[in-house]
Amino acid sequence: MSHTISEKILLAHTGKKDIKPGEFIEAKLDLALGNDITAPLAIEEFKKAGFKKVFDKNKIVLVPDHFTPAKDLKSANQAKLLADFAREQKIKNYFEVGCMGIEHALLPEKKLVLPGDLVVGADSHTCTYGALGCYSTGVGSTDLARAFVDGKCWFKVPATIKFIYKGKLKKWVGGKDLILYTIGQIGVDGALYMAMEFCGEVIRKLPMDDRFTMSNMAIEAGARAGIIEPDAITFKYVRPAPRKFKIYKSDKDAAYEKVYEWDVSKLEPQVASPHLPSNVKPASALKDIKLDQVVIGSCTNGRISDLRIAAKILKAKKIKSGLRLIVFPATQKIYLEAVKEGLAEIFVRAGGVFFTPTCGPCLGGHEGVLTEGERCIATTNRNFIGRMGHPQSEVYLASPAVAAASAIKGRITHPEEVV
Amino acid sequence: MIIKGKAHKLGDDINTDYIIAAKYLVTTDETELGKHCMENIAPDFLKQINKGDIIVGGKNFGCGSSREHAPRALKGAGIAAVVASSFAGIFFRNAINIGLPFLELKEVDKIKDGDALEIDLASGIIKNYSKNESYKTQAFPEFLQEIVKAGGLMNYIKNK
Repeated sequence: MSHTISEKILLAHTGKKDIKPGEFIEAKLDLALGNDITAPLAIEEFKKAGFKKVFDKNKIVLVPDHFTPAKDLKSANQAKLLADFAREQKIKNYFEVGCMGIEHALLPEKKLVLPGDLVVGADSHTCTYGALGCYSTGVGSTDLARAFVDGKCWFKVPATIKFIYKGKLKKWVGGKDLILYTIGQIGVDGALYMAMEFCGEVIRKLPMDDRFTMSNMAIEAGARAGIIEPDAITFKYVRPAPRKFKIYKSDKDAAYEKVYEWDVSKLEPQVASPHLPSNVKPASALKDIKLDQVVIGSCTNGRISDLRIAAKILKAKKIKSGLRLIVFPATQKIYLEAVKEGLAEIFVRAGGVFFTPTCGPCLGGHEGVLTEGERCIATTNRNFIGRMGHPQSEVYLASPAVAAASAIKGRITHPEEVV
Repeated sequence: MIIKGKAHKLGDDINTDYIIAAKYLVTTDETELGKHCMENIAPDFLKQINKGDIIVGGKNFGCGSSREHAPRALKGAGIAAVVASSFAGIFFRNAINIGLPFLELKEVDKIKDGDALEIDLASGIIKNYSKNESYKTQAFPEFLQEIVKAGGLMNYIKNK
């Protein structure tokens, strides 16, 4: 029987001869991930059920990235719970503050996830790794607790929607604009329970960082996965690989729930207005929107190429007086690169702050919480009511290029206005 | 299992940030989480509900973050069940795994705020006493019913 890449990866991790969309399966995981918000609940469930030892100390990753460096006492307690469990269970891949990065940038960077893998994480943006051609998906804390026990997880095999992007992207347009456009077209439940498969000539030329951005936001359309078939760009990223991996590709006659085909040659930089990621318009249509804060970073857009493009725009410029610019690289490696390449200096000289890796600002945790009436453009992934702080604050979602340009003008700005 | 309660209507795309804002994810205690349920979108939510009430949402209920704290906060706030026209993937599995009763009903528009409902989880039938109507929902597939019967995923694994 013909299969999509998602179906093939799921099938390979079961003992079954065949699977089809809609079917419930139990599958063996290559990796299970938790963080300082979701893992404490998983650890509690694991212990409450009377289990003593995790199934494999090498296949669990624990990253205290959400409310760290600890924002308050309760967060410090949660982070400690994680550290204690990691020590007790001899978890190989526990990353303390200082080695830590935002999980969805860190795991690919450390080559802990590879093409063909089946990965779950107790974090909705676990779908990021689909960019490498693996099946990775967000689950809950109890799922993680169960994965601790026997390295397995239950899945409903998703149907797949295929997205074909044709043409050639304009300057200042990248992965963030493609995924925002896509969510704008299909809505926040446009791919509910499904896998999104990104393909076409535009994807084949898209750099790895942009691919991560696209897969990262598949969840914002309700998808269980956002997957891209591996190619030379993927291999360049993962090789030399620490272990063997398998390459899966969709069969030519695989069945899709739906196929969208778009020529994106004329696509402009996109911005999602409050309070849904699907509320998307071209940046140029929102140039009257004044801003109090600009945030560049997160698991969506905190990678080195994101910082490079922002720095290119901000070089030798000052941000608008009265505005706050917050830049937070996604991992320590990216942080160091940004320092070495002089990007950190550009941000600081422009009047911005350059933080250590954390998820903090994106979810209204710490390091950039918005108060009543404040408005922010962020390279993050969600703009729900109160997402970054007060229920009467507003979040606009955009690419690092648009965010950087907007920091200079103090309003939503197309990069070509300032470069 | 029969659940009787008053319908509390919410709209489409109720995300997990609305159910429980991220700043409260510093505890795993259901009661504590329940105290801040729906705070961002309905500050008076807790005053408006009684223990045992049933939330009736629109499409894509529970979208956004994977936080299992969301279904737990609903339980902590005293919500007995959630009915919606569709559920987001992770919320769906979290609700199954921790045993928060929920049902998918396409015709949620027929239910109005305050309607007196009775849900029979075994048959998937929802009776609306205020409208004198009843609605048939899709029963869970056998695999999920086993997890529900076991009393959640961890019990299911333990019994295996």
